[in-house]
Amino acid sequence: MSDTALIRVKELKKYFPIQAGVVRKTVGHVKAVDGITFNIERGKTMGLVGESGCGKSTTGRTMLRLLKATDGEVIFDGNDMLKMEKSKLREFRTRMQIIFQDPYSSLNPRLPVKDIVGEAMLQHKIVPNKKEMKERVIEIIGKCGLFPEQALRYPHQFSGGQRQRICIARALAVNPEFIVCDEAVSALDVSIQSQIINLLKDLQDEMGLTYLFISHDLSVVKFISDDVGVMYVGHLVEYGSRDKIFANPIHPYTKALLSAAPSFDPKAKGKSKRIVMEGDVPSPANPPSGCRFHTRCPHVEPICKETVPENRELEPGHFVMCHKAESL
Amino acid sequence: MNENLNNDLNNVDDVDIGAMMVPESGMPAVGQKKEDILLDVKGLKTFFHTDNGTVRAVNDVDFYVRKGETLGLVGESGCGKSISSMSITRIVETPPGKYEGGEITFDGKTLLRINENERYLLPEKDMRSIRGNDISFIFQEPMTSLNPVFKISKQISEPMMLHRGMTKKEAHEESIRLLDLVRIPNPERIVDEYPFSLSGGMRQRVMIAMALACEPKLLIADEPTTALDVTVQAQVLELMNDLKSRINASIIFITHDLGVIAEMCDRVVVMYAGKVVESSPIEELFESPQHPYTQGLIASKPDMATTEKRLHVIPGNVPDLTELPGGCPFHPRCYKVTERCKQEYPPTHKITDEHIVSCWEYNGSGISSEGGEEA
Repeated sequence: MSDTALIRVKELKKYFPIQAGVVRKTVGHVKAVDGITFNIERGKTMGLVGESGCGKSTTGRTMLRLLKATDGEVIFDGNDMLKMEKSKLREFRTRMQIIFQDPYSSLNPRLPVKDIVGEAMLQHKIVPNKKEMKERVIEIIGKCGLFPEQALRYPHQFSGGQRQRICIARALAVNPEFIVCDEAVSALDVSIQSQIINLLKDLQDEMGLTYLFISHDLSVVKFISDDVGVMYVGHLVEYGSRDKIFANPIHPYTKALLSAAPSFDPKAKGKSKRIVMEGDVPSPANPPSGCRFHTRCPHVEPICKETVPENRELEPGHFVMCHKAESL
Repeated sequence: MNENLNNDLNNVDDVDIGAMMVPESGMPAVGQKKEDILLDVKGLKTFFHTDNGTVRAVNDVDFYVRKGETLGLVGESGCGKSISSMSITRIVETPPGKYEGGEITFDGKTLLRINENERYLLPEKDMRSIRGNDISFIFQEPMTSLNPVFKISKQISEPMMLHRGMTKKEAHEESIRLLDLVRIPNPERIVDEYPFSLSGGMRQRVMIAMALACEPKLLIADEPTTALDVTVQAQVLELMNDLKSRINASIIFITHDLGVIAEMCDRVVVMYAGKVVESSPIEELFESPQHPYTQGLIASKPDMATTEKRLHVIPGNVPDLTELPGGCPFHPRCYKVTERCKQEYPPTHKITDEHIVSCWEYNGSGISSEGGEEA
């Protein structure tokens, strides 16, 4: 895609060693992320979907260098994140933030909201002193829909949705450009979920934020994303604009995944053509040879079992990893 | 299935009362009665007395389940949907929980009747012959609801040996048949595995196999697919639909996911803060939701077809059950709130035979969804 990309991920790999025995000898690797490539444009949202264990969260964390990548490049605004010196990385940390799934365990229960949100501001010298920090915190939590007097309260005094607002405020505190939302709305009730999604959208419009939105909920991803990537056992099997992926999915896995999402129309009950895949997701410690989806794919052919399909650009900006992409 | 044994068990402790009907021994099916209602819950109240006050988790709830029907119980966390279903089989922990009122009739038997003059609970011994036998449960967490130290075969066999009087060997063979029925590959091998070696979807299938072991009349599925991926969820839902038509059981399907409700259920009960706010056949609920909460709930979930820029929002938070607002508990979040809503709990209006709604704004012709604000 064009030069406006804020983030370019090239052939990113993250292997976790499997250790066994007394001397913790490495006997194998969990290939959580195995060579994925994509770009995120400035001010846009990239949705990352897939089943649990497919490597979505690992991708997000490796990009922020919360995990050490095994191989590959993450270019953030022209700088290679993965080769960066520690001191420079610290500076870059303010430009990227993450919001986690569980707002109950990701907030320190012993700190009041003003310290949770303000800590990073002081650390990175965005504000000179505690007094200004407090003013700035009140401004930010206000943006996230909390009241000034709530700045002195502790996390246990808030509901799940409010806690997620605190997490968002904390991420915004250092004026980031890029935020990884790792299942940020998955743990919330339906009525609260829509509030948070709208908040994320408003903040994006207002502050020009770029999101990597990781979720297993396809309807939410469809709603919030500009581009969508579909992951399966460490591979990015299909990647393109939201409209292309949802209206015209090509990879058999994407098709199956989309058809599995429950529809809201009770009249469609039993009528929709659902592709129900047999079996379970294979283990990334011992992924199938060739195309990783071949064990469950309805269109499997001998070549799929032998050769890993290339990531091909079928139409401009629509990438598919499938041998038979043209004929499907 | 071993009808005689069940009835014997039921007859042993028939301490009570005229109103309690015992199914006659030897009758082939109980489904031939004039009433086709299998479970009737009226005015159920289950409260929790905690140090922080009384939590009115289930507060005057009515619903019923017909034979062969799938009823959806939908609502957000803390609305009382799980506690309602747990009250039916009386597996709410007491104390702190306490059944404070109501009447539950299952298959002609009174399981619970509590009012000012009477406090009748079906004796525990009789309840045990119902639990896992006539009424069985599937829980949300397949990870924690299987016992990690017993093999799969032992866990599936247990209810069959207990309720159906099978020998260990018979039960083992039946376990293999059930695992095959829920489409677990290599059931002969899996039956000797421990739960940790199975994936989430497989464990949920084992749970379903256990629930089906005694051919229950009522299956209560409490968020059975919430912890699963969509693709596995699709497999499990398809399996449940298939099995339901095979064993002709009724299902109470508890979930917060309206998509799953639309897929699975014949009728829906919408709960909010321990109350039933609306109850309706499935098509009617999605076409013309009446209660402002139901309307908001349906509108706030992005459908796969949604194209709008913003989502509809129900403002505010799910209320704390120890400090419920007076009147209609939904009033602080309702866009149609009036003075009366803050004072009194609204009456229940009957829209059609099956469609009821509890709201002051219902005037006989429906509640318009206009004026829904975007907060």
